[in-house]
Amino acid sequence: MLGKLGWGSIPFDQPLPLAASSVVALAILGVLGWAWRAGHFPYLWREWITSVDHKRIGVMYCLLALVMLLRGFSDALLMRGQQAIAYGNPGYLDAGHFAQLFSAHGTIMIFFVAMTFMIGLINFAVPLQLGVRDVAFPTLNSVSFWLTASGALLINVSLIVGEFAQTGWVVYPPLSELRFSPGVGVDYYIWAIQISGVGTLLTGVNFVTTILKTRAPGMSYMRMPMFCWTALATNLLIVAAFPILTATLAMLSLDRYLGFHFFTNEAGGNQMMFVNLIWAWGHPEVYILVLPAFGIFSEVVATFSSKPLFGYRSMVVATMAIFLLSFTVWLHHFFTMGAGADVNAFFGVMTMIIAVPTGVKVFNWLFTMYGGRIRFETPMLWSIGFVVTFVIGGMTGVLLAVPPADFQLHNSLFLVAHFHNVVIGGVLFGAFAGVAYWWPKAFGFRLDERWGKRAFWLWITGFYLAFVPLYLLGLMGMTRRLASYDVPGWHAWLLVAGAGALLIAAGIACQAMQIYVSVRDRARLIDESGDPWNGRTLEWSTSSPPPHFNYAILPQVEDRDAFWLMKQARDETDRPRYAKIEMPRNSATGVVSAFFASVMGFALVWHIWWLVALGLLGAWATFVVFAWRDRSEQEVPAVELRKLDRAHRRAATR
Amino acid sequence: MTAAHAKLEPDIAPPISERGPAPKKIVIAYGFWIFLLSDFVLFSAFFAAYAVQSTATAGGPGGRALFDLKLVAAETALLLLSSFACGMAGIAMMVKRERWFQLAMAVTGLLGAGFLAIETHEFVKLVGEGAGPQRSAFLSAFFALVGCHGLHVTLGLVWLTTMMAQIRTKGFRDDIERRVACFMLFWHALDIIWVALFTTVYLLGSNI
Repeated sequence: MLGKLGWGSIPFDQPLPLAASSVVALAILGVLGWAWRAGHFPYLWREWITSVDHKRIGVMYCLLALVMLLRGFSDALLMRGQQAIAYGNPGYLDAGHFAQLFSAHGTIMIFFVAMTFMIGLINFAVPLQLGVRDVAFPTLNSVSFWLTASGALLINVSLIVGEFAQTGWVVYPPLSELRFSPGVGVDYYIWAIQISGVGTLLTGVNFVTTILKTRAPGMSYMRMPMFCWTALATNLLIVAAFPILTATLAMLSLDRYLGFHFFTNEAGGNQMMFVNLIWAWGHPEVYILVLPAFGIFSEVVATFSSKPLFGYRSMVVATMAIFLLSFTVWLHHFFTMGAGADVNAFFGVMTMIIAVPTGVKVFNWLFTMYGGRIRFETPMLWSIGFVVTFVIGGMTGVLLAVPPADFQLHNSLFLVAHFHNVVIGGVLFGAFAGVAYWWPKAFGFRLDERWGKRAFWLWITGFYLAFVPLYLLGLMGMTRRLASYDVPGWHAWLLVAGAGALLIAAGIACQAMQIYVSVRDRARLIDESGDPWNGRTLEWSTSSPPPHFNYAILPQVEDRDAFWLMKQARDETDRPRYAKIEMPRNSATGVVSAFFASVMGFALVWHIWWLVALGLLGAWATFVVFAWRDRSEQEVPAVELRKLDRAHRRAATR
Repeated sequence: MTAAHAKLEPDIAPPISERGPAPKKIVIAYGFWIFLLSDFVLFSAFFAAYAVQSTATAGGPGGRALFDLKLVAAETALLLLSSFACGMAGIAMMVKRERWFQLAMAVTGLLGAGFLAIETHEFVKLVGEGAGPQRSAFLSAFFALVGCHGLHVTLGLVWLTTMMAQIRTKGFRDDIERRVACFMLFWHALDIIWVALFTTVYLLGSNI
């Protein structure tokens, strides 16, 4: 009846995860209970949970990413603590737990923090920047978000019911095969990633269509803001790469569930095929993460230097070159496979070549700043911190691209330091810059600068303190994923790295404080103009927060930096004619289908087959109900458009 | 500037990339094409796995011993005919003749179901001969690739019946017609996959 599920699945004998997950579960239930009692539930259901507004969905993505950042960072703290202590002793975590921690940390940080943040910011900003009212498929967008949330939920359920994978975040076979991982950990990984992966793929389809087919009149490709270009490249990569991940994990699940032999040790299975396939997705994934961040930095650097972006065309070419080249370098993740010198040389050279367009971008940002009137507010601080940090990370990457060097450094902490260097310094700093930059647009008030600056300095100092020692340790021969060690020379450096992690924790605390203080002092931080940074792109031309229809009248775009031009030639006498518009109606399809997907995923993990069928049927029925509705749009009358638009115009010119 | 205006005066019409958001019909079809491309990528991974594993028979039977080209020819005929019937349904939709539409869709679905029946028969036969997917990596890759296509056809049948019911209850409404158009793209795309599959798996594979 309940498959493999039983009371033994809950780890009563392990107080640490049990206590941690109970606290989290209680906190979630507490928040829900409070919202219910205070009567916020109808509002939340109506305005957020069933919303198909891309801005609301974007905000929910960012909120999910923030929460998951806390989870992923707790794992990181536990690991740093363990390695700081476990010199010559077993520490407080056994090897199995440590393995679950690094697997969960990687999975969560990549899929549910980095990618979720980027997709959230794309959701929020891209339609506004394109000067349109919504994405191409608004309800599908809601489905995407809730499927992502469903995957995140499954991973966190594994904390309390069963276990998580002990295989690392890319679940290499044969370790991830049933024979060596008989538990449910790998299955949690598979179904969490498959479900959220469908959501991500739909996001890709949605945004490629949105950017290529729905832009404001006059906005030709070469007039699009840089963030739209990088979002386009990212979503094209999602469409081209995510199906490979889906197929690869499907093959692994066939091995695990039905005894197939894709990657097993027996009957001709081939493990290196898995490694090739997963990195054929995995390397483009790196650029799926970092390209939107490049776009955010481009917007921020131009705005806070009060100059147009230097070398716009070269930036576009560099973005699209990275998009193409990202499919030609996957083998550098496993030079030691034994493919031979020729193959390794090819992929080594390609990897060095892909660094060139990235270098072009760095110079463009520097030249944008050169001669500009730079304002050092938090988004700009994150951007400058990014340029410095990312260049270091890029250079260690080029070092790893040299196959002979890689033979020495692969699987060492040097590699761990490298990818944290680019993912934290690139993607996470980009997310923080983007959140600080677009926060006033989303909520109508700025984030507090003082706490923001504190967070930045703690983060960046903590980052270097935590990861420079890992470079040194890697060069000293320390491999990754060690639960304990007995080399005296490593201990001091691991203590330093642990101290760095504590500084980062302080940085995160400052960010939490920043949000609290900003909400408390929102009257002081209010922005009524809709344009707090003297912005250049269209999203700053509407009110903050924007009305649900974004623009009463679609803006007419004359050139790049469209809003900047409008501000130069502002016509106060302009009295546009307002005409009624149609906006998509809210829909519970997303949250309901994701509920069934979660049920199905959980049932698949535990082999509860009748529940799998029920989940599948429920999801299909949800879509049928959606397809049967008669009114998919609602009208916004011209009077309302005029009222809101006039009010904004008055506020903007005040 | 409206599209009609632009047509009248082509000299001053802005380039197509500057004419503002495209109409819904185009946006939806375009989005579905993008989805289909992603589906092709999914299949390409299974094709690649099959190519890698095609000789990994682990001492078991290979394609020459297993594949019955006559059956496969029948499958191909059924699938291609169902695509033809699907095209007829499209024409019936264009001229808004519901009876013909339902008939053509039913034929499409029956031919698709016939295809699935033969495929199931083949799978059952292979498993009965001890040549199931657990036998070797080659057979794992074969069952996964062909099965993935079969799964798509199955989902297509669910979609097809849903669309028939929708047209029955709601009539030829714009949004429903757009959905039917997407379904038809999907159905034809499965043919393209089948042509590739037929060639690489069955024709080339019957020599191994």
